[in-house]
Amino acid sequence: MFSYIVRRLTVAVPTILILIAISFVLMWSAPGNPFMGEKAPPPEVLANLEAKYGLDQPYWKQMLDYMTNVVFHFDFGPSFKYKDRTVNDIIAQGFPVTLTYGFWSFVVAVVFGIGLGIIAAIRHNTWLDYLAVGFAIGSQSIPNYVMAPILVLIFTLWLGWLPGGGWEGGTWDHLIMPVIALSTSYFASIARITRSSMLEVLNSGFIRTARAKGLPSGRVIFGHALKPALLPVLSYLGPAFVGMITGSVIIDQYFSTGGIGQFFVNSAFNRDYSVMMGITILVGSLTIIFNLLVDILYAWIDPKIRY
Amino acid sequence: MSLLEIKDLKVTFRTNDGPVNAVNGLSFTIDKGETLAIVGESGSGKSQTAFAAMGLLAQNGSATGEVNWDGRNLIGLSQRQMNKVRSDQIAMIFQDPMTSLNPYMRISDQMAEVLVQHKGMSKRDAIAEATRMLDAVRIPDAANRVRMYPHEFSGGMRQRVMIAMALLCRPRLLIADEPTTALDVTVQAQIMQLLGDIRQEFGTAVILITHDLGVVAGFCDRTLVMYGGQIMEEGTTEEVFAQPRHPYTKGLLQAVPRLDRDDGDLQTIAGEPPDMSRLPAGCPFSPRCATMLEQCPAVRPELVTTSDGRRRACHLSIEEVVQ
Repeated sequence: MFSYIVRRLTVAVPTILILIAISFVLMWSAPGNPFMGEKAPPPEVLANLEAKYGLDQPYWKQMLDYMTNVVFHFDFGPSFKYKDRTVNDIIAQGFPVTLTYGFWSFVVAVVFGIGLGIIAAIRHNTWLDYLAVGFAIGSQSIPNYVMAPILVLIFTLWLGWLPGGGWEGGTWDHLIMPVIALSTSYFASIARITRSSMLEVLNSGFIRTARAKGLPSGRVIFGHALKPALLPVLSYLGPAFVGMITGSVIIDQYFSTGGIGQFFVNSAFNRDYSVMMGITILVGSLTIIFNLLVDILYAWIDPKIRY
Repeated sequence: MSLLEIKDLKVTFRTNDGPVNAVNGLSFTIDKGETLAIVGESGSGKSQTAFAAMGLLAQNGSATGEVNWDGRNLIGLSQRQMNKVRSDQIAMIFQDPMTSLNPYMRISDQMAEVLVQHKGMSKRDAIAEATRMLDAVRIPDAANRVRMYPHEFSGGMRQRVMIAMALLCRPRLLIADEPTTALDVTVQAQIMQLLGDIRQEFGTAVILITHDLGVVAGFCDRTLVMYGGQIMEEGTTEEVFAQPRHPYTKGLLQAVPRLDRDDGDLQTIAGEPPDMSRLPAGCPFSPRCATMLEQCPAVRPELVTTSDGRRRACHLSIEEVVQ
């Protein structure tokens, strides 16, 4: 097991380097550059700017320098747009925000998604099942850019219970609406995956055996069915968790939370190469780490899997 | 008094194509320590009879009639009451040992929970008892193997584990639903041998559900032949095999391949197994019966007990079938 983890982490390094290379190529092939605004600056100014940020260097040297800085100094360079801030600053400021509302969204989505999925499966083909499925499909059909303004309309404008935006260090009243808006579609997916996999497990032979053993139904479901039913959910949760903690531009925009979701999209519009790269690497690394974590959990749950 | 008495049992499944009648008025008894074979093709309702008795029918199934056990009718008992009977008094083993054990739990945990549930044992004592039982079903190195997971056992060994698990509470009745069908022939013989020994050792009555007449011949006191959810014929195994009194039993016995006779082709019973949602009003076997009479499809033959204690349901006379 230990050697497996070491091996996976070793493979992760070249994976991230390849990710950097591909992102670099994609950026170069997109037209425009960070200094082109409404009107292009004079050629000599442009030349000075490019020299300052090293954009006059050949592509391969730019990439090599960047990789060296990232790998050896953990330095993602200065932002091209915000002159006084580095990418490290931006991530240090924005990531704790998305991590906070993303983490709570994850907790909400997992608890309610798995709970609803189990209830629907146990009460298969009853009104409770139909209600749960209807609710899940409804939740999934409402995109978060529709959900967010509806929430603001109800809780801020009509009821006046919650602030319409801002972060204030992540107090609970600033958290509620971003968490609801972000977790809804994840919650719905988790509920649907849990329900269908639970139904499949409940029809399997070993559940019939468990019932024939005279075990109470709670023990049949939580002692025998739950673990195998959660395996497919688990493989969804790894990428879903990364998706949530790296935030969403919609959430950041509507609720002015100041998370990295907003910085990421703006960096693409602004051709802010270093911010784009920094956040891409962050998301990539988190994805690799959480997929590894899912694989480790798999081995822990399923005795047939041994690394 | 008999151990288990089933009276006019009917099992119906609601499906999108209308109701399917899997068992149609079945009655039989089994005595203490007796072995009874229920024989029939797939879809004859033999497994559903067992599931109905255990209260384990699928969600869309329902049973009516009587399953009398200890002076109580098990049909209509709540799940909670039924759980006190299951495994403690009536245990069941299934066809496919590869899927009947929980792949995510150690054998020790799967076996121990039965004793913890029914006998209130501590986990430690329960595992010790489980180990003794694995030893009793001749699993080598039981003390170590009890800690293993199902995938570390072969198919035959898993069926031994299932048998050991079923016997933990010393049930008075063991229902074995095609226990050897998924196993290869040499392992089949070992499992049947084991079931025979266990019957002797524990005095457990056994209902053996099978389509394999070879398995029945050496094992069961009595044989009950089912078709279309009804009894076609019943008698001691010896009598039924020596002198089948129903055309269906005759067909089944002729279909058993024999090495000592050079008949050329394999014998079969012509036609398809019945569509349980559209059974004929009369004898369910009539569409496939070579000796069908005019009244057979319309008039259901009664199940009559003959003077020698055998039962049969056929419009033909015994002599006409036997000749």
